[in-house]
Amino acid sequence: MIENKKNISKVLIYLLLFVWALIVLFPFYWMVLTSVKDTAAYNNEKVPAFFTMKPTLANYVKAFTEVSLGRYFINTLIFTAATTGLMMLVTIPAAFAFARLEFRGKNLVFALFLSLMMIPNELVIITNYATIVNWGFQKGDLTYLGMILPSVTSVFYIYLLKENFEAIPNELYNAARVDGTGDLKYLLKVMVPICQPTIVTIVILKVIECWNSYVWPRLIARESKYFLVSNGIQAIRESGFGRQDIPAMMAAVVAVSVPLIVLFLMFRDKIMAGVSRGGTKG
Amino acid sequence: MKKNNNLKAWLYLLPAILFLGVFMVYPLIDVFFYSVEENYHSISQTYTGVGLGNFGHVLSDPYFIQALKNTLLLVVITVPISTGISLLIALGLSSITALKKAFQTIYFLPYVTNTLAVGLVFMILFARTEYTDGLINTLIQSLGFETVDFINGPYWAKMLVASLYTIWVVMPFKILILTSALASVNQDYYKAARVDGASSGRIFRKITLPMISPTVFYLIITGFIGAFKAYSDEVALFGVNLNEAGMNTIVGYVYDMLYSDKGGYPGYAAAAALVLFAIVFTITYINLKFSRDKVQYM
Repeated sequence: MIENKKNISKVLIYLLLFVWALIVLFPFYWMVLTSVKDTAAYNNEKVPAFFTMKPTLANYVKAFTEVSLGRYFINTLIFTAATTGLMMLVTIPAAFAFARLEFRGKNLVFALFLSLMMIPNELVIITNYATIVNWGFQKGDLTYLGMILPSVTSVFYIYLLKENFEAIPNELYNAARVDGTGDLKYLLKVMVPICQPTIVTIVILKVIECWNSYVWPRLIARESKYFLVSNGIQAIRESGFGRQDIPAMMAAVVAVSVPLIVLFLMFRDKIMAGVSRGGTKG
Repeated sequence: MKKNNNLKAWLYLLPAILFLGVFMVYPLIDVFFYSVEENYHSISQTYTGVGLGNFGHVLSDPYFIQALKNTLLLVVITVPISTGISLLIALGLSSITALKKAFQTIYFLPYVTNTLAVGLVFMILFARTEYTDGLINTLIQSLGFETVDFINGPYWAKMLVASLYTIWVVMPFKILILTSALASVNQDYYKAARVDGASSGRIFRKITLPMISPTVFYLIITGFIGAFKAYSDEVALFGVNLNEAGMNTIVGYVYDMLYSDKGGYPGYAAAAALVLFAIVFTITYINLKFSRDKVQYM
């Protein structure tokens, strides 16, 4: 009797979990399915078909030739690489200073840094926009700088890395000093390699954030040749073939989604651990 | 030596201080100035006076009122529902072993997808065009109900899709956090309760819920903050011109005021952003105060 009741609740639990998995996966299935449907056949479907017998890759060719999806990819790669690289250059020394160096006002400065974590982006974006416009960084190739510079800083990552640096035993640092190893050398040769897992996590989380950025790059990129993928997808929907050619649009959507999904499947545990420590989306 | 060390520390901090100073601290102060400078003109950088005119304008702007209403509705609908469902799913996940990892991987997928891109999939699923009814309307029809265009149709339909998509997007974070909170509850409590013959409902109410209540409140607070900043999800579903669709949000209003061919209205944008901040701040404060009375912190 009790055994039976237990089985029924097990079945209900699995049912719930399967249903939610279906809800999560279905949009992905639908975008892949639609992206391989023939455009003419798709437009003739008054009732959408759940699968297709004649998959075609023509939509992917269209997505990369008829609109500048390739260009949007390159822009996004440049933006992501530069922003993430600069962020590491800013974050690692700052985390090191807070974790290992002694200086006057350290606690005060650190508290100020932490309080900046609470500032919503919407409050600072107005002046940042004016700043970038004043510097002329939304004209021509300078647009890249305009998109990158305000996106660099992430106080949370400084905090995360500082905690990690502090976990390294002090003896190591003192021994290195006795050996005459300079701070910078110690940081690069000892601390960074030891904290590599955290650094990788930070890099991945930042890459995800950059790949998905939309509002700030849209504000700054005036010409479509500087669009990132999010912005590009939106442009395809508004003025490209979006309205007439849904399968081609879905091919673009798949192309934009695949890189992050691959990254996620490769670094699943790191990403989930990193997000549960400090992600805020949601 | 000591002085040398001081200088060196500031050198290491210099890049961070420069970036934060220019793009966070200065703008944070500046936004207050923008908000009280009336009729600011961005090209000549002049303004006619100092006062609360921008706030008056924003609060009486029908577009802002609409955006405020949409945002509040989204918050009220999506935060409780997404928190509730994710709690159910996290409880389910923590009670199984087979397939657990596979489920967790699948549930996390929406977190790593591009909102703009996947939003378009939701758009074609829910839209009704002259060519096709779309999948959702086909289902509705087969159940014997009237079809409805969820993308360009009535307000409630648009709000429904926006809410569903928002929930779909925010669930991964909540499930992840709740699952790890449940995993960290000391198993001894459960063992003791089972020895005492407590029912599973009672165990949930008396042990699980109190133990994870700080996490639930954390999720409610971050959920409120996140939902108040809704914007890109709506762009993905309804296009860039959200005012025309009647689906704009407060953040969308801020951007619209900034991004204008006429040179923009940073004063209005600043006022709207500060109104948003005031709302979020107040709600977070109330939440924290409420949670201090109700939540058991370990």
